[in-house]
Amino acid sequence: MPEITHLPLASLLTEPVGVAHYVIVGAILFTCGVLCMATKRNALGVLMGIELVLNGANLNFIAFGSSVLRNDANSLGLDGQLIALFVIVLAAAEAAVALAIVLNFYNNYNSVDVDRAELLQG
Amino acid sequence: MESIYWPSFFFLLFSAIACVFAVGVLVAKNIVRMAFYLVLSLSATAGLFFLAGADFVGAMQLMIYVGGTLVLLVFGVMLTSQERFLEMKTMAGDWLLGLLAGGALLFILIYAALSVPAWRGLDRAETAAFAAQQTATPLGMGLLGVRVDQLDEPDAARRAGMSGYLLPFEIVSVHLLVVLIGAAYLARAKYKRESVRE
Repeated sequence: MPEITHLPLASLLTEPVGVAHYVIVGAILFTCGVLCMATKRNALGVLMGIELVLNGANLNFIAFGSSVLRNDANSLGLDGQLIALFVIVLAAAEAAVALAIVLNFYNNYNSVDVDRAELLQG
Repeated sequence: MESIYWPSFFFLLFSAIACVFAVGVLVAKNIVRMAFYLVLSLSATAGLFFLAGADFVGAMQLMIYVGGTLVLLVFGVMLTSQERFLEMKTMAGDWLLGLLAGGALLFILIYAALSVPAWRGLDRAETAAFAAQQTATPLGMGLLGVRVDQLDEPDAARRAGMSGYLLPFEIVSVHLLVVLIGAAYLARAKYKRESVRE
Protein backbone atom coordinates (compact mmCIF):
# COMPACT_ATOMS: atom_id res chain seq x y z
CA MET A 1 0.00 0.00 0.00
CA PRO A 2 1.45 3.40 -0.88
CA GLU A 3 2.32 5.78 1.90
CA ILE A 4 0.55 9.06 1.43
CA THR A 5 0.61 10.74 4.82
CA HIS A 6 2.80 13.55 3.57
CA LEU A 7 -0.02 14.95 1.41
CA PRO A 8 -2.34 17.58 2.86
CA LEU A 9 -5.78 16.27 3.82
CA ALA A 10 -4.26 12.80 3.76
CA SER A 11 -6.16 11.96 6.91
CA LEU A 12 -9.31 11.92 4.81
CA LEU A 13 -7.98 8.83 3.07
CA THR A 14 -6.20 7.10 5.93
CA GLU A 15 -8.62 7.65 8.79
CA PRO A 16 -12.21 6.49 9.05
CA VAL A 17 -14.79 9.17 8.31
CA GLY A 18 -17.15 10.33 11.00
CA VAL A 19 -20.63 11.79 11.29
CA ALA A 20 -19.34 15.28 10.46
CA HIS A 21 -18.35 14.22 6.93
CA TYR A 22 -21.78 12.76 6.27
CA VAL A 23 -23.44 15.87 7.67
CA ILE A 24 -21.36 18.04 5.34
CA VAL A 25 -22.36 15.98 2.30
CA GLY A 26 -25.98 16.14 3.47
CA ALA A 27 -25.65 19.91 3.86
CA ILE A 28 -24.35 20.29 0.30
CA LEU A 29 -27.23 18.22 -1.07
CA PHE A 30 -29.70 20.17 1.06
CA THR A 31 -28.38 23.55 -0.08
CA CYS A 32 -28.46 22.50 -3.73
CA GLY A 33 -32.04 21.33 -3.27
CA VAL A 34 -33.12 24.56 -1.59
CA LEU A 35 -31.50 26.61 -4.36
CA CYS A 36 -33.23 24.43 -6.96
CA MET A 37 -36.59 25.04 -5.29
CA ALA A 38 -35.90 28.77 -5.16
CA THR A 39 -34.50 29.44 -8.61
CA LYS A 40 -35.94 26.93 -11.05
CA ARG A 41 -38.77 28.12 -13.25
CA ASN A 42 -39.69 24.66 -14.44
CA ALA A 43 -42.06 23.04 -11.96
CA LEU A 44 -40.31 19.72 -12.40
CA GLY A 45 -37.05 21.40 -11.46
CA VAL A 46 -38.66 22.45 -8.21
CA LEU A 47 -39.68 18.83 -7.62
CA MET A 48 -36.11 17.71 -8.18
CA GLY A 49 -35.01 20.23 -5.56
CA ILE A 50 -37.46 18.68 -3.13
CA GLU A 51 -35.95 15.24 -3.76
CA LEU A 52 -32.46 16.59 -3.11
CA VAL A 53 -33.57 18.19 0.17
CA LEU A 54 -35.10 14.95 1.38
CA ASN A 55 -31.99 12.99 0.51
CA GLY A 56 -29.79 15.42 2.38
CA ALA A 57 -31.96 14.90 5.46
CA ASN A 58 -31.83 11.12 4.95
CA LEU A 59 -28.04 11.22 4.94
CA ASN A 60 -28.16 12.98 8.29
CA PHE A 61 -30.49 10.39 9.77
CA ILE A 62 -28.41 7.48 8.53
CA ALA A 63 -25.19 9.05 9.80
CA PHE A 64 -26.55 9.74 13.27
CA GLY A 65 -27.84 6.21 13.57
CA SER A 66 -24.80 4.46 12.16
CA SER A 67 -22.78 2.15 14.37
CA VAL A 68 -19.89 2.33 11.91
CA LEU A 69 -19.39 6.08 12.18
CA ARG A 70 -19.82 6.63 15.89
CA ASN A 71 -19.80 4.62 19.09
CA ASP A 72 -21.04 7.03 21.72
CA ALA A 73 -24.15 6.66 23.83
CA ASN A 74 -26.06 9.35 21.91
CA SER A 75 -26.33 7.33 18.73
CA LEU A 76 -29.79 6.96 17.26
CA GLY A 77 -29.19 3.31 16.56
CA LEU A 78 -31.74 1.60 14.38
CA ASP A 79 -34.15 4.55 14.76
CA GLY A 80 -32.11 6.53 12.26
CA GLN A 81 -32.55 3.89 9.60
CA LEU A 82 -36.24 3.44 10.34
CA ILE A 83 -36.89 7.17 10.08
CA ALA A 84 -34.92 7.25 6.83
CA LEU A 85 -37.13 4.46 5.46
CA PHE A 86 -40.25 6.42 6.31
CA VAL A 87 -38.78 9.53 4.69
CA ILE A 88 -38.11 7.59 1.47
CA VAL A 89 -41.66 6.25 1.37
CA LEU A 90 -43.25 9.62 2.12
CA ALA A 91 -41.06 11.33 -0.46
CA ALA A 92 -42.24 8.87 -3.10
CA ALA A 93 -45.88 9.52 -2.18
CA GLU A 94 -45.39 13.28 -2.23
CA ALA A 95 -43.62 13.13 -5.59
CA ALA A 96 -46.53 11.21 -7.07
CA VAL A 97 -49.11 13.79 -5.94
CA ALA A 98 -46.91 16.71 -6.96
CA LEU A 99 -46.48 15.23 -10.42
CA ALA A 100 -50.24 14.78 -10.74
CA ILE A 101 -50.68 18.45 -9.87
CA VAL A 102 -48.03 19.48 -12.41
CA LEU A 103 -49.70 17.37 -15.08
CA ASN A 104 -53.04 19.03 -14.36
CA PHE A 105 -51.41 22.44 -14.55
CA TYR A 106 -49.85 21.50 -17.87
CA ASN A 107 -53.17 20.31 -19.22
CA ASN A 108 -54.82 23.59 -18.27
CA TYR A 109 -52.13 26.09 -19.19
CA ASN A 110 -50.00 24.17 -21.70
CA SER A 111 -46.90 25.20 -19.73
CA VAL A 112 -44.95 24.07 -16.65
CA ASP A 113 -43.49 27.49 -16.02
CA VAL A 114 -44.19 28.38 -12.39
CA ASP A 115 -44.24 32.04 -13.34
CA ARG A 116 -47.42 31.32 -15.28
CA ALA A 117 -49.24 30.27 -12.11
CA GLU A 118 -50.48 33.68 -11.04
CA LEU A 119 -54.23 33.23 -10.68
CA LEU A 120 -54.02 33.65 -6.90
CA GLN A 121 -51.59 36.53 -7.10
CA GLY A 122 -52.75 39.62 -5.28
CA MET B 1 3.51 5.30 7.44
CA GLU B 2 -0.11 4.34 6.93
CA SER B 3 -1.93 2.89 3.99
CA ILE B 4 -5.16 3.97 2.41
CA TYR B 5 -8.27 3.16 4.40
CA TRP B 6 -10.49 1.96 1.60
CA PRO B 7 -13.90 2.72 3.13
CA SER B 8 -12.83 6.36 3.39
CA PHE B 9 -11.71 6.31 -0.24
CA PHE B 10 -15.10 5.00 -1.32
CA PHE B 11 -16.81 7.56 0.90
CA LEU B 12 -14.89 10.33 -0.88
CA LEU B 13 -15.71 8.83 -4.28
CA PHE B 14 -19.46 8.48 -3.64
CA SER B 15 -19.77 11.83 -1.93
CA ALA B 16 -17.90 13.54 -4.77
CA ILE B 17 -20.28 11.98 -7.30
CA ALA B 18 -23.32 12.93 -5.21
CA CYS B 19 -22.23 16.54 -4.66
CA VAL B 20 -21.00 17.17 -8.21
CA PHE B 21 -24.23 15.92 -9.74
CA ALA B 22 -26.35 17.77 -7.18
CA VAL B 23 -24.61 20.97 -8.27
CA GLY B 24 -25.19 19.79 -11.83
CA VAL B 25 -28.94 19.59 -11.15
CA LEU B 26 -28.78 23.15 -9.85
CA VAL B 27 -26.78 24.53 -12.75
CA ALA B 28 -28.22 22.63 -15.71
CA LYS B 29 -30.73 24.45 -17.87
CA ASN B 30 -32.06 21.45 -19.78
CA ILE B 31 -34.73 19.65 -17.76
CA VAL B 32 -33.83 16.24 -19.16
CA ARG B 33 -30.21 16.66 -18.12
CA MET B 34 -31.33 17.72 -14.66
CA ALA B 35 -33.34 14.52 -14.33
CA PHE B 36 -30.38 12.37 -15.33
CA TYR B 37 -27.99 14.15 -12.99
CA LEU B 38 -30.50 13.64 -10.18
CA VAL B 39 -30.58 9.90 -10.89
CA LEU B 40 -26.79 9.75 -10.61
CA SER B 41 -26.71 11.84 -7.46
CA LEU B 42 -29.28 9.72 -5.67
CA SER B 43 -27.57 6.50 -6.73
CA ALA B 44 -24.34 7.77 -5.19
CA THR B 45 -26.31 8.60 -2.03
CA ALA B 46 -27.40 4.97 -1.91
CA GLY B 47 -23.72 4.04 -1.99
CA LEU B 48 -23.16 6.34 0.98
CA PHE B 49 -25.95 4.56 2.82
CA PHE B 50 -24.23 1.23 2.24
CA LEU B 51 -20.95 2.60 3.56
CA ALA B 52 -22.63 3.77 6.76
CA GLY B 53 -23.86 0.28 7.54
CA ALA B 54 -27.45 0.83 6.41
CA ASP B 55 -27.62 -1.91 3.81
CA PHE B 56 -31.39 -2.29 3.79
CA VAL B 57 -32.03 1.43 3.52
CA GLY B 58 -29.48 1.66 0.70
CA ALA B 59 -31.23 -1.11 -1.20
CA MET B 60 -34.60 0.57 -0.63
CA GLN B 61 -33.18 3.88 -1.82
CA LEU B 62 -32.12 2.25 -5.06
CA MET B 63 -35.40 0.41 -5.52
CA ILE B 64 -37.93 3.02 -4.39
CA TYR B 65 -36.20 6.29 -5.03
CA VAL B 66 -34.05 5.69 -8.08
CA GLY B 67 -36.16 2.95 -9.62
CA GLY B 68 -39.56 4.40 -8.72
CA THR B 69 -39.75 8.06 -7.87
CA LEU B 70 -37.14 9.20 -10.37
CA VAL B 71 -38.69 7.10 -13.16
CA LEU B 72 -41.96 8.85 -12.32
CA LEU B 73 -40.17 12.19 -12.53
CA VAL B 74 -38.68 11.27 -15.90
CA PHE B 75 -42.15 10.35 -17.14
CA GLY B 76 -43.34 13.75 -15.98
CA VAL B 77 -40.48 15.38 -17.84
CA MET B 78 -41.34 13.46 -20.98
CA LEU B 79 -45.02 14.35 -20.77
CA THR B 80 -44.50 18.06 -20.23
CA SER B 81 -41.38 19.13 -22.03
CA GLN B 82 -42.34 20.20 -25.46
CA GLU B 83 -39.49 21.76 -27.37
CA ARG B 84 -39.89 25.31 -26.18
CA PHE B 85 -40.06 24.40 -22.48
CA LEU B 86 -36.71 22.67 -22.28
CA GLU B 87 -34.86 25.80 -21.20
CA MET B 88 -36.35 28.36 -18.87
CA LYS B 89 -33.92 30.95 -17.72
CA THR B 90 -33.94 32.47 -14.27
CA MET B 91 -33.06 36.11 -13.90
CA ALA B 92 -29.55 36.92 -12.75
CA GLY B 93 -30.81 38.83 -9.72
CA ASP B 94 -32.64 35.74 -8.50
CA TRP B 95 -29.49 33.69 -8.91
CA LEU B 96 -27.42 36.17 -6.91
CA LEU B 97 -29.87 36.28 -4.04
CA GLY B 98 -30.19 32.53 -4.07
CA LEU B 99 -26.45 31.97 -4.04
CA LEU B 100 -25.99 34.39 -1.19
CA ALA B 101 -28.66 32.73 0.91
CA GLY B 102 -27.54 29.25 -0.06
CA GLY B 103 -23.92 30.04 0.64
CA ALA B 104 -24.76 31.39 4.07
CA LEU B 105 -26.84 28.30 4.85
CA LEU B 106 -24.07 25.99 3.67
CA PHE B 107 -21.49 27.84 5.73
CA ILE B 108 -23.59 27.59 8.87
CA LEU B 109 -24.25 23.88 8.36
CA ILE B 110 -20.62 23.00 7.69
CA TYR B 111 -19.48 25.06 10.66
CA ALA B 112 -21.96 23.27 12.89
CA ALA B 113 -20.93 19.87 11.54
CA LEU B 114 -17.24 20.49 12.23
CA SER B 115 -17.75 21.94 15.68
CA VAL B 116 -18.80 18.78 17.51
CA PRO B 117 -15.74 16.72 18.50
CA ALA B 118 -17.74 13.53 18.92
CA TRP B 119 -18.61 13.59 15.23
CA ARG B 120 -15.04 13.59 13.97
CA GLY B 121 -14.72 9.87 13.45
CA LEU B 122 -13.35 6.81 15.14
CA ASP B 123 -9.75 5.73 15.31
CA ARG B 124 -8.59 3.32 12.71
CA ALA B 125 -7.69 0.73 15.31
CA GLU B 126 -11.27 0.66 16.60
CA THR B 127 -12.66 -0.16 13.19
CA ALA B 128 -10.83 -3.47 13.06
CA ALA B 129 -13.39 -4.96 15.44
CA PHE B 130 -16.38 -4.22 13.18
CA ALA B 131 -18.44 -7.15 12.02
CA ALA B 132 -20.88 -6.77 9.16
CA GLN B 133 -24.38 -6.65 10.57
CA GLN B 134 -27.46 -7.42 8.60
CA THR B 135 -30.11 -4.79 9.24
CA ALA B 136 -33.09 -6.13 7.32
CA THR B 137 -34.34 -8.41 10.09
CA PRO B 138 -34.11 -5.87 12.95
CA LEU B 139 -35.77 -3.25 10.73
CA GLY B 140 -38.56 -5.60 9.77
CA MET B 141 -39.16 -6.65 13.36
CA GLY B 142 -39.08 -2.99 14.43
CA LEU B 143 -41.78 -2.20 11.89
CA LEU B 144 -43.86 -4.98 13.36
CA GLY B 145 -43.49 -3.63 16.89
CA VAL B 146 -40.59 -5.65 18.34
CA ARG B 147 -37.33 -3.81 18.86
CA VAL B 148 -34.90 -6.70 18.71
CA ASP B 149 -31.94 -4.34 18.76
CA GLN B 150 -32.82 -3.01 22.21
CA LEU B 151 -33.92 -6.14 24.02
CA ASP B 152 -31.63 -5.55 26.98
CA GLU B 153 -32.58 -2.00 27.88
CA PRO B 154 -32.11 -1.83 31.66
CA ASP B 155 -34.19 1.29 32.35
CA ALA B 156 -37.82 0.33 32.89
CA ALA B 157 -39.15 3.74 31.90
CA ARG B 158 -37.39 3.59 28.51
CA ARG B 159 -38.53 0.02 27.96
CA ALA B 160 -42.12 1.15 28.27
CA GLY B 161 -41.65 3.57 25.39
CA MET B 162 -39.98 1.13 23.00
CA SER B 163 -43.11 -0.06 21.31
CA GLY B 164 -41.66 -0.26 17.87
CA TYR B 165 -42.88 1.37 14.69
CA LEU B 166 -46.08 -0.54 14.09
CA LEU B 167 -48.38 2.49 14.20
CA PRO B 168 -46.27 4.59 11.80
CA PHE B 169 -46.07 1.56 9.51
CA GLU B 170 -49.85 1.24 9.35
CA ILE B 171 -50.28 4.98 8.93
CA VAL B 172 -47.81 5.03 6.06
CA SER B 173 -49.55 2.07 4.42
CA VAL B 174 -52.92 3.84 4.45
CA HIS B 175 -51.17 7.03 3.37
CA LEU B 176 -49.69 5.30 0.35
CA LEU B 177 -53.07 3.86 -0.61
CA VAL B 178 -54.74 7.27 -0.35
CA VAL B 179 -51.93 8.94 -2.28
CA LEU B 180 -52.04 6.44 -5.09
CA ILE B 181 -55.79 6.70 -5.49
CA GLY B 182 -55.64 10.48 -5.26
CA ALA B 183 -52.80 10.87 -7.72
CA ALA B 184 -54.43 8.52 -10.22
CA TYR B 185 -57.68 10.46 -9.93
CA LEU B 186 -55.96 13.83 -10.23
CA ALA B 187 -54.00 12.86 -13.30
CA ARG B 188 -56.83 11.17 -15.17
CA ALA B 189 -57.51 12.20 -18.74
CA LYS B 190 -60.48 14.52 -18.72
CA TYR B 191 -60.72 15.63 -22.30
CA LYS B 192 -58.65 15.46 -25.42
CA ARG B 193 -56.05 18.18 -25.28
CA GLU B 194 -55.36 20.04 -28.50
CA SER B 195 -51.88 19.33 -29.72
CA VAL B 196 -49.53 22.32 -29.70
CA ARG B 197 -49.24 23.99 -33.07
CA GLU B 198 -46.17 26.14 -33.62
